[in-house]
Parts: sequence; C-alpha cells; structure tokens
Amino acid sequence: MTAFQKRAGDGEGLRILVSLLLGLSLAILPLPSWAAAARPDWVALLVVYWSLAVPRRFGIGSAWLAGLALDTLTGTLLGQHALGLTLVAFICLKFHLRIRVFPIWQQAMTVFMLLTVNQFVLFWVEGLAGAGQIPAVRWLPVVTGTLLWPLVAQLLGVIRSRRRSR
Amino acid sequence: MTALRNSPAKPLFQRGPSLGTRLFLLTLLSLALMVLDHREGHLDRIRQVLSYAVYPIRAIVDLPFSLSEWAGRNLEERADLIAENQSLRREQLENSARLQRLAALESENTRLRALMESSARVGDRVLVAEIMAIDLDPFRQKIILNKGERDGVFSGQALLDANGILGQITRTDPMSSEALLISDASHAVPVEVNRNGLRSIAVGTGDIGSLSLPFLPNNADIQKGDLLVSSGLGGTFPRGYPVAVVSSVARDLGEPFARVAAVPNAALGSIREVLLVFPGDSESDGRPEAAGPDQ
Repeated sequence: MTAFQKRAGDGEGLRILVSLLLGLSLAILPLPSWAAAARPDWVALLVVYWSLAVPRRFGIGSAWLAGLALDTLTGTLLGQHALGLTLVAFICLKFHLRIRVFPIWQQAMTVFMLLTVNQFVLFWVEGLAGAGQIPAVRWLPVVTGTLLWPLVAQLLGVIRSRRRSR
Repeated sequence: MTALRNSPAKPLFQRGPSLGTRLFLLTLLSLALMVLDHREGHLDRIRQVLSYAVYPIRAIVDLPFSLSEWAGRNLEERADLIAENQSLRREQLENSARLQRLAALESENTRLRALMESSARVGDRVLVAEIMAIDLDPFRQKIILNKGERDGVFSGQALLDANGILGQITRTDPMSSEALLISDASHAVPVEVNRNGLRSIAVGTGDIGSLSLPFLPNNADIQKGDLLVSSGLGGTFPRGYPVAVVSSVARDLGEPFARVAAVPNAALGSIREVLLVFPGDSESDGRPEAAGPDQ
C-alpha cells in the first residue's frame, strides 16, 4: 500500500497535528442542514489513518486527546468522543499490520466497522445520559465516512510521501 | 538484558504500560469525565480551560463568515445605503410614535400596579451578541455566542431576538457562551396565552419550527392563532415576551390532554444577532459594567 509507506519521522508530528486541526475545523464548519446530517466524522477517519500509518507516533493517548478536543468543540458530554476514538485507535493499533496490507475495498469495510463502533459508543453514551430516540439518519456519517476513506487515505499518503522524496 | 536495553535501535517490545492497560485507563478516565460532566457543574473549570485551548479553531472557522459579512457591510452601494437609511428612518419614526403611546401605557401600568402593590418591571436591559458560525451536533439545537463571562453573560440568562424568546444560556466561557434554543427537545418555557392568561409549558420538539404544549386538558380555552407569551414563572425568562403562536389544536376525546402545537415567533434558524436580557432595574441603560456578572 503506497498510502502507508514507512519513512523516517521528521516533521511527522507536525503533519499529524495540522491534519487533526483541519479535521476538527471541518467537524464544526457550518453546513446547510440537509448536509449537516451526512457530515462524515473527519476526526475518526484521521485517527484511523494515523494509527495505521504511524502506530509508534500516534497512540491511543493522542486519539483520546483528539476526542476531548472534539467534545469541547461540539459541546457534547466530555469524554464521549474521546471514548469512541480511543476504542477505534485501540482496534487499529492491535491489527495495524493486517489492515495496512488489505486491498482498498477490504480496508473500506474495516473502516466501516470502526466508524460503526465509534458511532455506537456515541449513541450508547447519549442513551445513558437520557437522550430520546435516535433517528436512523444518524448512522449516515458512517456511510459517508466509509465512502470518503479511499480519498482520505490516498491524500494523506501523497502528502507523506512527497515530503520524503526531498 | 542490559545489552538489549542499551541498544540504540528501536526497541522490539514497547516500553511503558501495554496497549490493553492504556485502553483500560483511558476508558476509565473517559467514563469518569462523562459521569462528572453529566452531573452539572463539576467540570466547569476544566471546560473553561479546554475551550480556551480550542477557541482558535472556532475563531478560524467563524472568520470567513464574519469577514464576508464585514465586507458586505463595507462595500455596499451608496444608493443601497441611502435607501436602507430612508426605510430605517421611516421605521424609526413609526416606532417612536408607537413608543410615545407605550410611554403613556407604561406609566399607567406602573400606576395601576402601584395601586395593586405589586412590583412593575417593564423594559429590561439587554446586550447584543452575535452567533458564531459554528455547527454543533445537528440533532441538538444549540448555538455558540461571541459574548461570554467577560461581558457579564451568566448561565440561565434569557436570549431574545427582535420577535420573541430564543432560548437560554447553558454554559459560559470567558469569551463565548453556549445557548440552548427553545425548540430543543430538552427545553421547556413557562408560557401563558396572551388572550386569557391560561398558563402552560411549551416544550421543544427537536424540530426548529415547532413547539408543543403537552399539558393542556381537552377543555382548555386555547385556539389556533393564540399568542403565547412568557409567563415569567420559574424565573429564567422575563415576563411578557412573545414565545410562539398556536398553529394547531387537536382534541381527541379518548385522550386526557389536547395536542397543541405552536410555531416559535423568533426566527430560530436564520438569526445572526441576538439579545441577552439582564433581569432587574430598567434604569441603568445598556452598560455592561453595570451588570452584576458575579452572581
């Protein structure tokens, strides 16, 4: 997989940080209401990518911090997204050697599963905190996230390999 | 052993707690945070620190929208400005005519209330705030305002627009604050029917264009087109501001309560500027310093 090529880690931390800041901004960028429901979980996609690509650099602690930032930004219960993303990062780190070499469609299926886990944690917490019925349309971010995964992975792969060739 | 530890190459096995241990610890930490956060108020300091940290992200996302608005204001055509000025002038004239009448009514009202020995409170002090262009959870009706604790905003403060009640502040940070709209499913406003003083509670439905009044008996005197105003009971919302207009009343004889729906007066979905109301004396006119932020 070109998307996950190994490289020496100069400037990797900065790139992870910038991409996460961008993902967090996209998470709160105002969208028209019909599109807002389908907004993919950018931060979750980034957590999946980075924990697969640089498991030594991006651990579940980083995922937890990213989740905490997302919680603060979106005004949800503190720790809600953090818990979901921690779980996602854990699965990724546990199986990163296997997932990295999957063909792209199989990878997308894995991402689908990971995003479902993440969304499930969010719903579960909301249910415990007393939210009412959760409409089916709230699963939409899982679908859009899966569809966007090949694009995100290729894009981040290109960004990483360009720096290396210099 | 020592040779392995001193080798400059990357360690074969990770040091520090194992992945499973770290997952366990972070999960515990998240759960603890959620429990504390769910029981209001335990994490206010932490929230404040965190929101300082993420404020730049909010500001950057909001920037293009405030810039385009600023540019729009500064690049408007002269003719447009003149036309707008004229229409505003006309409106102001009409309003001041209406105000004259209001002044008479107000003094009369004060006199009558004095006769009845109850306190009068007409005209509350307000502070204008802008909504930051930031999307929160699409299934909760929450907004972020650009005024915070430093401007005297406090938790529980009522929020208005030009047409009626919008919601209330739920959390304050030094530079911004979070508000819950009246249409959120977890929000309720004490209201009364303007026509006959019938009291009830308007509950949000989660849909931005409708409220419901679930606690009115079948024989309650309420009809389509009735204006609901805030009753001031509960103390959060000031009395007498319009909240919603009744849009449908369904009386099913098999049910104990009528199903009453209402449309909010305030433009919940399309506002940019809102008014924060400070309860209390109407004499101090519009200076934030005079507000009591340390309550």
